Amino acid sequence: MANIVQFENVGLRYGVGEETLCDVSFTLRSGQFHFLTGASGAGKTSLLRLLYLSQRPSRGIIRLFGEDAVILPRDRLPGFRRRIGVVFQDFRLIPHLSAADNIALPLRVAGMAESDVARAVREMLNWIGLSERATARPATLSGGEQQRVAIARAVIARPELLVADEPTGNVDPAMAERLLHLFHSLHRLGTTVVMATHDWHLIERVPGAHHLHLERGRLVDPDPDPPVTSPVPPIPPRPDAKPSTIVRSGL
Amino acid sequence: MTRGGKTRATGAEARALDDGGGAHVMSWVIAIMLFLTLLAGAAGLATARAAGALDRQMAGRLTVQIVEGEAQRRDAAAAQVLGVLRAQPDVARATPVAQADLARMLQPWLGTDAEAAGLPVPALIDVDLTSDDTAAIARVRMAVTRASPAARVDAHATWLEPVGRLLDTAAWLAGAIILLMLVATMAVVMLAARAGLEAHRGTIEVIHMLGATDRQVARLFQRRIALDAGIGAVAGGVLAGAAILLIAGQVGALDSELLGGMRLGPGDMAMLIALPFGFVVLAVGAARLAVLRQMRRML
Repeated sequence: MANIVQFENVGLRYGVGEETLCDVSFTLRSGQFHFLTGASGAGKTSLLRLLYLSQRPSRGIIRLFGEDAVILPRDRLPGFRRRIGVVFQDFRLIPHLSAADNIALPLRVAGMAESDVARAVREMLNWIGLSERATARPATLSGGEQQRVAIARAVIARPELLVADEPTGNVDPAMAERLLHLFHSLHRLGTTVVMATHDWHLIERVPGAHHLHLERGRLVDPDPDPPVTSPVPPIPPRPDAKPSTIVRSGL
Repeated sequence: MTRGGKTRATGAEARALDDGGGAHVMSWVIAIMLFLTLLAGAAGLATARAAGALDRQMAGRLTVQIVEGEAQRRDAAAAQVLGVLRAQPDVARATPVAQADLARMLQPWLGTDAEAAGLPVPALIDVDLTSDDTAAIARVRMAVTRASPAARVDAHATWLEPVGRLLDTAAWLAGAIILLMLVATMAVVMLAARAGLEAHRGTIEVIHMLGATDRQVARLFQRRIALDAGIGAVAGGVLAGAAILLIAGQVGALDSELLGGMRLGPGDMAMLIALPFGFVVLAVGAARLAVLRQMRRML
């Protein structure tokens, strides 16, 4: 398996204070599923920001898709960002765009033809069970629905790396499990997933998942116990879900 | 947004920025700026044209005065000077001004019967030269004063020179006003684009994180500014056109030889019609510049 992400002694400091991240080193291989845990303020969001190229480190080496992301020229960053899907903790849906238009954004940014965009968005809305809410603005969607739109936007362009910052933080346990299943489906298609979470129960539901644990900006061994390897229980299909090419393709 | 670096606009892309309150203030600003610029432009072009017409009218024209108190001697001298003038190769035409016409011109100041009251009225001869060469004027002046010491030669260009200078200054001033308006418009658009970036920061950050290039983001703003500037250009252009037509009609009704030269030719009209398009292009360029500069500050 090829290395998708490689951190070597990465440090991040905002301003002149203490380092938010200190000597962080790890490797993410293609197709792996990683959980990122840590208490609030441990540096999870900062690490994710480095991963989705919203921030450059203060020191250290970050290799992304085989290239040194620290010295990557600015004009090459958009191309790299298109290979990364991001689910923000606060969703960051564009309020004046419909659910469908929010989901379509990455495809439009990538220059996909409108007819292809419309088909892909239809399938994605069907997949997340929001076909009936395609034209709804984010403000009229529930927290769980907004979360699903944010995830759909992150995965519609089939990213090689999916970064999710506490994507289940605002939803009930049943929805959290459904979202986890969604991420796991993507992972099975070959996407490398990094999910920040506080929910240890979710971690136990993904067999073979890797675990990165941050404490005060440093990566530490999360738990002496090995990860639970029980299979993810199947989630029954939604009664209103229609077959789609994405579903058929296993996603 | 793009494919292979090429631009491809979609309606959906254009919606990425909302039409928040105050978005169309730009239309008003552009309309007012363009209205004032078009008026200044029309005034400048018409004034320059009038200055040119005045130059052409005055160039190579003289008035010869025979200042002689006694009427018979005056008429004899005038006839002699007229003969000399008509014999000069530099003179295209020499026409004596009829005493009746002269009396009519002087009537407001001297009354109806100035000559009978013993007031000396000079004889005048209008002269058109074959060229506006100063040497030709000097040769004619010498010949005239040799023919009659009572004769004085006035070159029109000399005494209308201050008027010509005033018109030239007015035309240059109008040009400077246009330049200032263009600079001010550019500055306003750049400020508006930066304010727009700030207002849409959340949206821009998301689009940026999804892999949009600086040019794609700039294009969103360019499209918005082009629309606003276009609306403003139409409004400002129509209002300015109406105002120019109104003023042109009033100037025409004055029947003034000087102001009559203040006309707009086809070239002038073409320049004025091009101004609104220039404004839109300038606004779009300024917006692009502002957005690209701001975007470069983001990672």
